[in-house]
Amino acid sequence: MAALLSTSARVALRSGASASFKTGAAGLTFARGKATLPDLSYDYGALEPSISGKIMEIHHKNHHNTYVTNYNNAIEQLQEAQAKGDIAAQITLKPAINFNGGGHLNHSLFWENLAPKSAGGGEPPSGSLGQAIDSTYGSLDEFKNKFNTALAGIQGSGWAWLVKDKQTGQIGIRTYANQDPVVGQYQPLLGVDAWEHAYYLQYQNRKAEYFKAIWEVINWKAVEKRF
Amino acid sequence: MSAQTHTLPPLPYAYDALEPVISKQIMELHHQKHHQTYINNLNAALSAQVTATQSNDVPTLISLQQKIKFNGGGHINHSLFWKNLTPPGTPGSDLASAAPSLREAIVSRWGSHEGFVKAFGTELLGLQGSGWGWLVSKGGPKGRLDIVTTKDQDPVAATDVPIFGVDMWEHAYYLQYLNNKASYVEGIWKIINWAEAEKRYTAGVENPLKL
Repeated sequence: MAALLSTSARVALRSGASASFKTGAAGLTFARGKATLPDLSYDYGALEPSISGKIMEIHHKNHHNTYVTNYNNAIEQLQEAQAKGDIAAQITLKPAINFNGGGHLNHSLFWENLAPKSAGGGEPPSGSLGQAIDSTYGSLDEFKNKFNTALAGIQGSGWAWLVKDKQTGQIGIRTYANQDPVVGQYQPLLGVDAWEHAYYLQYQNRKAEYFKAIWEVINWKAVEKRF
Repeated sequence: MSAQTHTLPPLPYAYDALEPVISKQIMELHHQKHHQTYINNLNAALSAQVTATQSNDVPTLISLQQKIKFNGGGHINHSLFWKNLTPPGTPGSDLASAAPSLREAIVSRWGSHEGFVKAFGTELLGLQGSGWGWLVSKGGPKGRLDIVTTKDQDPVAATDVPIFGVDMWEHAYYLQYLNNKASYVEGIWKIINWAEAEKRYTAGVENPLKL
């Protein structure tokens, strides 16, 4: 066991030597082998009036950061369990990794698929994504209606996503419970957080108003890149 | 044939009566808006169910089941919740005097009142997403005590007695506690209605909508 532990210590040291790096479409950042809270590319108040600065600040600094912390804790425990060959412990950690890793992935994607109006937020998609939306939904407005219906239908906490089916290349709208991430057959293109913490300080129970307002700050350029 | 129409039950105390643990603003929104919306959607689903039953429309009947579960659960859970809270400092908020037999069962199950509070808090804070934490009596009144969590608006199992529930949806605490849900959980113990809990534990809950 001592040998296994020293191996994982070396791995940790190696990833520490690479300092921090960015990877993947979600722009996930790591430092010394740990997930870290990514910076926003805009100010907390930049999405107003669609999303208040206070919501953005708490959502990013507190909620997202808690997912990052808890994800790192779960991964640390997973590494310990792996080093010991403790399969039961590894399986027990699965929900924590799904929930907190999912929370980290989802929020990282979300921040990127939002942008202030001054930085192109709300400007309609063009090119092949624009065409795919038109041919699938008839028009961008029709797509937004269907997306908002999906958001409104979420029972509890969760997300709605525009996804691309990796097998067929088709786009579609899917909802996910809690922090379940978009993985497997579907590729995440655009996500909207329907947890109450994403809107409650500004919209309270009037979530339909939040769903309507968020289209003013959707960063379609980022969505096009994912497509 | 028409469906029974459910209406919002009045609170057994004023909107600001649970302060400082739960603010007036939260209570107003929670009762007048959130609970009311579950009732509206439940009534709509029950009415659609009557129509679908008359026309023998099985696919529609099936598609209505989840709506009834979610909104009916929301109505039941909130109705139980309002009654199992009481203003701080009222006689019902004192476990020892208001709930002697429940207290004895709690102590025998968790070792102490503190042990129970700690175990319940751990369950509440471990919820991933929206849901509720409940103290239940398994199988009926004066049964084995257990702490269970239910997701979203799922009600507790029909065979169990919900002694009291704590709403862990963000709308239940966010305007006051933001992401600090541990503080909400800590505060809730000052306003648990142990008199109501004792009643449910010893006599059961015949119909959660007719408390």
